[in-house]
Amino acid sequence: MIKSINERQAESHLNRTLRVLLPVAALALALLVWELVVRLAAIPPYVLPGPWLVLTTLVSDWALLSQSLLVTLTTTLEGFVLAVIGGVGLAVLFNQSRLVEYSLYPFAVILQVTPIVAVAPLLLIYLPQQAAVLACAWIVAFFPVLANTTLGLNSVDHNLTDLFRLYGASRRQVLLQLKLPAALPYILGGLKIAGGLSLIGAVVAEIAAGSAGAGSGLAYRIAESGYRLNIPRMFAALILLSVAGVVIFFALSVLSHLLLRRWHESAAIRER
Amino acid sequence: MSGVYSTSFDSFAVALRGVSKTFANGVAALDCFDLNVRPGEFLTLLGPSGCGKSTALRIIAGLSEPTGGRVEWPNGRGGVAARDIGFVFQEPTLMPWTTVAGNVRLPLRLAGLDETAARPRVAATLERVGLAGFADAYPRELSGGMKMRVSIARALVTEPKLLLMDEPFAALDEITRFKLNDDLLSVWRTLGTTVIFVTHSVFESVYLSNRVVVMTPRPGRVFTELAIDAPYPRDQRFRTSGEYAGYCRLASEALADAMQSGAAP
Repeated sequence: MIKSINERQAESHLNRTLRVLLPVAALALALLVWELVVRLAAIPPYVLPGPWLVLTTLVSDWALLSQSLLVTLTTTLEGFVLAVIGGVGLAVLFNQSRLVEYSLYPFAVILQVTPIVAVAPLLLIYLPQQAAVLACAWIVAFFPVLANTTLGLNSVDHNLTDLFRLYGASRRQVLLQLKLPAALPYILGGLKIAGGLSLIGAVVAEIAAGSAGAGSGLAYRIAESGYRLNIPRMFAALILLSVAGVVIFFALSVLSHLLLRRWHESAAIRER
Repeated sequence: MSGVYSTSFDSFAVALRGVSKTFANGVAALDCFDLNVRPGEFLTLLGPSGCGKSTALRIIAGLSEPTGGRVEWPNGRGGVAARDIGFVFQEPTLMPWTTVAGNVRLPLRLAGLDETAARPRVAATLERVGLAGFADAYPRELSGGMKMRVSIARALVTEPKLLLMDEPFAALDEITRFKLNDDLLSVWRTLGTTVIFVTHSVFESVYLSNRVVVMTPRPGRVFTELAIDAPYPRDQRFRTSGEYAGYCRLASEALADAMQSGAAP
């Protein structure tokens, strides 16, 4: 059946509205059910707080929680930036020298496959706490950047490589004008994974570190609130972590879209 | 390059002397391949798929080393003569992350020319291949034929003495191919560039060339050559003429004989 343009536009508009409305409605319904269950069954807050109590706790404890959020976000961001520098840098180094790649790649894999929860206590022995936490975030986040960048650098069109050779391009020109641009979509894919992982790395290390004080992050707040049976605050901190993760993911998705929309199939809008 | 345009009998733009190429997997692509390319001519290598035509082009371009024989240049220069060769691949082979102008500018940029100096040359070359309004478009926004025009513009922007084309129009529809054939001929006549064109289409080879070199299948050797003496400019009238048909029959028969000879041990 052939539909008129108006019909099709109306359909796509409805589609978009549903895509926003449905998840919001589902979330609201879930929260409502949660609140009702807590109230009707008279579940005490130290067992399961209702969403309303969690929200009021978030507001009343905001001074404490926002400070912790800032600490965790700082670690996450630093770990992420170092992961990008380290991942892309190592991938470029591996790409330029097979010998270096053969020598160092196993170390990268070992760092990746060893569970970070098990490594964190050791790092805390050797490094000052802040550095250890940062190191954890970095170790977890850098490997996807390394692996994706390596894949991207090796995925250059062979004919383009030949063309650069024909015109006598230097290694530097090949790297900067051919390999890195060609690898960009892969690097951005790695970044999206690394953003979420650096948050996970920071949280794991904070929990392992477990020391109190003004400089402690959200994960520490969660552990501490658990010991004190302050379950509403636990939930409030958890929500902040989730929101932070979502914001990081969206920010990196937007960055990726902005950089690729003119040329890469993954981001270009296609008329059908 | 003073010798390139000389008219003396034995002058050549590039010559292959007994060139052989055997790949590491044992496949012999070329065997004692001899070719004298005359300055300014439009030469076509015609042969079935896998007869080593592309290998011959890659060896001339310096992208592949022959396992036997040698490539001779008029003034004895060796290796890859950067900026004096343009290469057009079977696929457009454009950089998707940059614009049409960015792609065409690439050879100049690699040679160290800054953007201000390159801009007029890029614009003139785009004009020449009929892409004047598309400098800021990205490759993915273009049709197959236009992408190939960008690829040709990139090869021409350095005004190379020698243009190597590896089945550039094989993937295009017939209407687009005819149009690009005509435009290529007009560019060639304006610039006086020597062209070595690889194709497996008898009709394309006859339409374009001064000279068609028919190759045998693996290993590739020169089977015979055919001078196409019809005058330029060639156009739709030539394409439908009896003369054209006659040359096409000769070339087809030569190609059939070449394949026959290749099939025998």
